[in-house]
Amino acid sequence: MNNGHIIQIRDLRKVYRLGKVDVPALRGVDLSVPPGEFLAIVGPSGSGKSTLFHIIGGLTPPTSGTVRVAGQELPGMTGAGRTNLRKRTVAFVFQKFNLLPNLTARDNIAVARYLAGMDSKPGPEFEEILRLLGIASRLDHKPSALSGGEQQRVAIARALVRNPAILLADEPTGNLDTENSKAVLEILRDLNERLGQTILMITHNPEAAAYGHRTVHMRDGRIVEGM
Amino acid sequence: MTAKIVLENLKHKPMRSLLSILLVGVPVTLILCLVGLSHGMLEDTQRRTRAIGADIIVRPPGSNLLSTGGAMPAAIAGALEKRPHVKMAVGVLNALVQGVDLYAAGIDLARFNRISGGFKLQSGASFQQPDDVMIDEYYASEKKARVGSYLNFLNRQWRVCGIYRGGMLSHIVFPLRVLQDVTEHANQVSQVYVKLDDPANTDAVIHSLKSDPGWGVYKLYSMDDFMALFSTNNIPGLREFVWVIVSIGVVIGFAVTCLSMYMAVLQRTREIGILKSLGASNAFVLRIVLAEAFIMGVGGTALGVVMSFGAWWLIRTLLPASIPMVIVPIWWLYALGITLVGTLLGALYPGLAAARHDPIEALAYE
Repeated sequence: MNNGHIIQIRDLRKVYRLGKVDVPALRGVDLSVPPGEFLAIVGPSGSGKSTLFHIIGGLTPPTSGTVRVAGQELPGMTGAGRTNLRKRTVAFVFQKFNLLPNLTARDNIAVARYLAGMDSKPGPEFEEILRLLGIASRLDHKPSALSGGEQQRVAIARALVRNPAILLADEPTGNLDTENSKAVLEILRDLNERLGQTILMITHNPEAAAYGHRTVHMRDGRIVEGM
Repeated sequence: MTAKIVLENLKHKPMRSLLSILLVGVPVTLILCLVGLSHGMLEDTQRRTRAIGADIIVRPPGSNLLSTGGAMPAAIAGALEKRPHVKMAVGVLNALVQGVDLYAAGIDLARFNRISGGFKLQSGASFQQPDDVMIDEYYASEKKARVGSYLNFLNRQWRVCGIYRGGMLSHIVFPLRVLQDVTEHANQVSQVYVKLDDPANTDAVIHSLKSDPGWGVYKLYSMDDFMALFSTNNIPGLREFVWVIVSIGVVIGFAVTCLSMYMAVLQRTREIGILKSLGASNAFVLRIVLAEAFIMGVGGTALGVVMSFGAWWLIRTLLPASIPMVIVPIWWLYALGITLVGTLLGALYPGLAAARHDPIEALAYE
């Protein structure tokens, strides 16, 4: 089950247990993503988009089904295995940026490399990414001194500094104004086009979804359109 | 990078960090002061006893290092002077005059001066009247007393007739006869200091005395053996007391760190989620928390050492005679070990709680 896809998911189910009640979040998701694709995932709140991301990103294990990410089978993977997946294979960009508030932008980026077990100094290609992101002059500031747009660019830099196979962007423009949203989306598209970076992006915004090569729609824990 | 994260965490909430370090430092100061006091009192007594210049000390049957009061016949000194190699024997009566550890000595000044070389008077003169007392410079400083001042001891007023240079026998000295009367120890002394014709005869004289049934009941020590007794291990209960204080130090270090790190972990729940989303392992998260506790332990110990110097200066200034505290540097290392045990144990629970955080829940934490 590879067929050249970097992500292959079959009949993925996830059930959360809240107290004594089982709450199904995913009810049989099938999805294949080829390398280098920029995929937009849209759907209403509670449709299972974030849960799908959390499973692909190794933040939580699936309840059942088949999930293969960059050649690694996620079902049955240990906690340590999922930690290793997050170190190098997948990287997140969150709606709320999620930078470490005590560290400068530079150190936020360095932490990601450090945790991935990479040399502290990124290569020249990362300088190109920083130039593309337009934050080279803001790296010595802490998140509190950066605008929302700048914080999200730092978060993107932090995600890319480990050369991940897959970038998972969970509503990356959700907390940004129109101008910054456009800038971030163009950066993501640029990264995809120039570097062939595989990107999965959750969004509520159809205009944002239009930046992707393909859009899938989720509802009630299933993909209902665009498989 | 771990160090940077830990330092930035500490700097992010400076008041919490400083308060935690202060609270860790307080029991360190407590431990160092207690140890400094016990060592200081022993060393002070040891130094003052050695300065007398005797070769042998004879004490009553059943006495121990701490029980210096009462009672054996003063005539023992005369009997000892008839033994071979004994050049001189001087009886001294001790009396507790203040608190639990400030003893005064009753002496026959002329004889005592002959065995010891004499007190070095800084001001005033030796005993002139029955209610005269001589005090040393430390006690004079502590009580702000001068020659002619009156001090209350043993429910009586005593006139300070002379102030001598400290460092020998006792901080307070009375005429022997007067002290015997006041304390109802007529013709009795607490110990006898024996000077030999040659210190090389010390063991022989002690052996001779011990083999004599009449002397065997008394405690006989060479001055070197007597000095060797001045150890915290030889003070009944002192070692146990120090251990109790050390345990309290560990518990306080544990509680302060546990509370502080638990609060820190709660405040940083989201950051823990971020680290985990970046691939931080449970061990890494635990290491960050323990490293922060380690720094708090080291900082608290350093602050505790500094504060112990403050306590030392304060005690030395206010109570130079009553509480002879010293600084015991080797205990800085012990205090560091004790503190690190407490702080690392205290950080273990919050650290494990942080390491076990579910990353999704942590990322959703507001």
